[in-house]
Amino acid sequence: MSTTNGMIGKSVKRVEDKRFITGKGRYTDDIVLPLQTYACFVRSPYAHAKIVGVDLEVAKAMPGVVAIYTGADVAAINGVPCGWQVNFKNGDTMKEPKHALLVEDKARYVGDAVAVVIAETREQAKDAAQMVLVDYEELPVTVDAAKAVKPGAPLVHDLAPNNICFDWELGNPKEEVDQALADAAHLTTLEFVNQRVVPNAIEPRSYNAAYDAVSEKYTLYTSTQNPHVIRLLMCAFVLGIPEHKVRVVGPDVGGGFGSKIFHYPEEALLTWATKNINRPIKWTAERTESFLTDAHGRDHVTKAEMGFDTTGKILGLRVKTYANLGAYLSTFGPCVPTYLHGTLLQGLYTTPKINVDVTGVFTNTTPVDAYRGAGRPEATYLLERLMDLAAHEMEMDPAELRLRNFIPPFDGVEQPGFQTQVALQYDSGNYEGVLTKGLEMLGYKEFRQKQQEAAQNGKLLGVGFSTYIEACGIAPSAVVGSLGARAGLFEVGQVRVQPTGKVSVFTGSHAHGQGHETTFAQVVASKLGIPMEDIDIVHGDTDSVAFGMGTYGSRSLAVGGSAIIRSLEKIIEKGKKIAAHRLEANADDMEFEHGQFTVKGTDKSVSFGDVALTAYVPHIYPKDLEPGLDFSSFYDPANFTYPFGCHIAVVEVEKDTGKVALQRFIAVDDVGNIINPMIVEGQIHGGVAQGVGQALFEGAEYDSNGQLTNATYMDYCMPRADDFPLFETATQVTPCPHNPLGVKGAGEAGTIGSTPAVVNAVIDALWSGGHQVKDIRMPLTSERVWRAMQTPVNT
Amino acid sequence: MSIDKNAGNNQPAAENNNGLPNEDRRTFLKKTSAVVALALTPPTVLKAASMDEKIAAAFEQVKITLNINGNRHKLAVEPRVTLLDLLREDLKLTGTKKGCDYGQCGACTVHVNGQRVLACLSLAVMQDGKKITTIEGLAAGEKLHPMQEAFIKHDGLQCGYCTPGQIMSAVACVREGQANSEGQIREYMSGNICRCGAYPNIVNAILEVKNGGQKV
Repeated sequence: MSTTNGMIGKSVKRVEDKRFITGKGRYTDDIVLPLQTYACFVRSPYAHAKIVGVDLEVAKAMPGVVAIYTGADVAAINGVPCGWQVNFKNGDTMKEPKHALLVEDKARYVGDAVAVVIAETREQAKDAAQMVLVDYEELPVTVDAAKAVKPGAPLVHDLAPNNICFDWELGNPKEEVDQALADAAHLTTLEFVNQRVVPNAIEPRSYNAAYDAVSEKYTLYTSTQNPHVIRLLMCAFVLGIPEHKVRVVGPDVGGGFGSKIFHYPEEALLTWATKNINRPIKWTAERTESFLTDAHGRDHVTKAEMGFDTTGKILGLRVKTYANLGAYLSTFGPCVPTYLHGTLLQGLYTTPKINVDVTGVFTNTTPVDAYRGAGRPEATYLLERLMDLAAHEMEMDPAELRLRNFIPPFDGVEQPGFQTQVALQYDSGNYEGVLTKGLEMLGYKEFRQKQQEAAQNGKLLGVGFSTYIEACGIAPSAVVGSLGARAGLFEVGQVRVQPTGKVSVFTGSHAHGQGHETTFAQVVASKLGIPMEDIDIVHGDTDSVAFGMGTYGSRSLAVGGSAIIRSLEKIIEKGKKIAAHRLEANADDMEFEHGQFTVKGTDKSVSFGDVALTAYVPHIYPKDLEPGLDFSSFYDPANFTYPFGCHIAVVEVEKDTGKVALQRFIAVDDVGNIINPMIVEGQIHGGVAQGVGQALFEGAEYDSNGQLTNATYMDYCMPRADDFPLFETATQVTPCPHNPLGVKGAGEAGTIGSTPAVVNAVIDALWSGGHQVKDIRMPLTSERVWRAMQTPVNT
Repeated sequence: MSIDKNAGNNQPAAENNNGLPNEDRRTFLKKTSAVVALALTPPTVLKAASMDEKIAAAFEQVKITLNINGNRHKLAVEPRVTLLDLLREDLKLTGTKKGCDYGQCGACTVHVNGQRVLACLSLAVMQDGKKITTIEGLAAGEKLHPMQEAFIKHDGLQCGYCTPGQIMSAVACVREGQANSEGQIREYMSGNICRCGAYPNIVNAILEVKNGGQKV
């Protein structure tokens, strides 16, 4: 396509901003329907308990109560499904317990819904919910994945012995990797926890379900990242109601970060109940309820070993991970620690032998699923921590160690893609490029000098590196299908040219902060040569958008944008026929640029607007051509996209207190071609804030009773404005060779790259002061860092 | 971390409860023993108590007058209703957002008599006679407030959910004279969480408004 035209590559201000900065955004909780009722859930205060009885007598008599449902009322309804099947090594399918809309027999985590009260007002629903008397019999609890698999641990589900959902491996045969590591001159071993974090979108999950008895149609407003997926899962797998009689709307959504991909029990329950009471029902999570019931992220316990030869060349990598899946399988729960984690363990390196072994484990905790980055941050953390630690242990420079192991540059066109040991084929890359640029921005030599001087003066300065890769643009349907996905992962883009030449674009992608209404409009404006004001991007409504798989995995522009491009190509092709007829020329002789259809080599032309009008007023029109100018395309990518980059953190650690100050953060990201640099930079900023958050501040803390002890913003440390320096960002461009825009995706890069850079920097600071520390458990609180300095690890 | 910052920056202004007749309600409720006995009383008594509560509630609307975004509102509200719920649920001014309902995220920040206040921690009855400005009332008709312009220019938002609170806080931050440096802005904006992480751009937007010298 012509990318020279117009708006591509410009930092166009976001068209969606005006409604947000004036308070006119329309989020689910802002919507009130006629005869609205409100729901409040009764949730288990115990992590594991038998439900002996539920007494509703008092609650039913409370003012304003419309209906109350318990597990018994929904026992015949299916649970919410899991969208990804991971098999055991022996081929058995994973253990898949029912994830009921309301539990009947047992509660399996704090927050498990036991009953729902529907009342005239929010307050009445809440008051009555407090009067639902549930008789619980407490059961023993298991919260830690590595401990839950041990004999004698309490069982979360009877159908999963030892709490194992699956055991899975990928890569080279284990014996080959064992041999490679046995032959290694140096072996770096790291046992660590990638702690559980809470996504914490500031808009809590919110649903409003309505039923119209006349048309027999349901409408569900939901704070989701993928309305069509929710409709499909809910209709076909849970409620068994006809899909064409259900409209799912994802209006403005206040952040998702993965947690709003999944189909939650509350969505299906409200949709089921609204028909029973024949009134709309709204539920919005309270903040602590969000902490307890939004799917969490990460939570891996891992042992990783990397072998090197005497020159620092990597010979092999062996990984064993226990992945905590929580009490039930969330929509993509099993996929995250396996196909989004194991497949990324090649990193940017030529490692010839890799074996990864993952055990998925049930525990009495909130379900775990994709959180910004999803599996890829865990893989990157593992590799990049190993690299910096190995450099310390071998007394090599960490940048030099990486340069010795990088896959050489390849563009995926002249040079083929790179086939990894763990199933993927990278599309294009120039890994040395981003590191070299990062080192320049840092002033590496000067920094090391400064660090030495600081150490002599008793100050601890450190630098940490992370050179990451991720698999985005999720995903080729055939590939993910062969890996266990129970859905296709294409995207739909429809372009409807109105008779006046104005354009409505319908996309299955969903924006909840990414600025699609701007980026997509830039693409369309450039391709059609018309002003952005003439373009409307429609998303988030199953009644107006034909179909869609939604937004996650940094896929919107690479997959959703490509679908729009396909439709634009069809528009232009048909437009050429219409224009050629008008100009009495051959369609093959037509060219289209800057909004004009021109007969090649002449000044005979007709404008895009004229062609649009002719398509709808087809008086002078080709005989064999249908009227109208409206095309839809389903785009299924040929491969994932593989953004990569280099993140560098500089920290100072206060000796007496262990307090970490992040002094500089440098991010050089290669996300392929860039449509709107301002939006890409914003995505990187946000990703880095969340990744640094995991390194320094955040972590879900369960006690041994399965209580989430920090389920408020007072107790869970969210990154705030004063926790960061200004970020120093730069980009490199290695286009994606297999999609029409050459884009790779930018939504998750910041989160994936940043976490290990920060932890590596703190460890480096400690080594500079003589503390040969291998690991500090995240988040790196002052106390943990201080303790690490008191007990140097013998290596 | 959160405690200090919230206390220091987005602290709701201390306000008097203008002597409204809460005492009557309390006395009445004491008589019916509903508050104390709710959890301990047998169901039959509870039913009676909840009826009393219902009757009591009908008489417990407190009359207040608020000036909201330049419009005078004469209202009757239950004493337990927060300013946030009054704005969102009763007046349909949904621009002000509820992110936590505990004064820990800043999404509900509004101005009361020009000072930033967390609407979720403030009862509506405490605001009688006061001037409230919400995000809907910040622009002068079609003309955006300079802070709104700056947020667009510097890309100070992504999903937009925390944005009304950020902007109301940002305006107050400049008015309070706490926007003199990047560090000071970061500190005095730390009561407003942005999970999208637009902090660098929010800081730049505030710096520009501060340095532009326009009246905010």
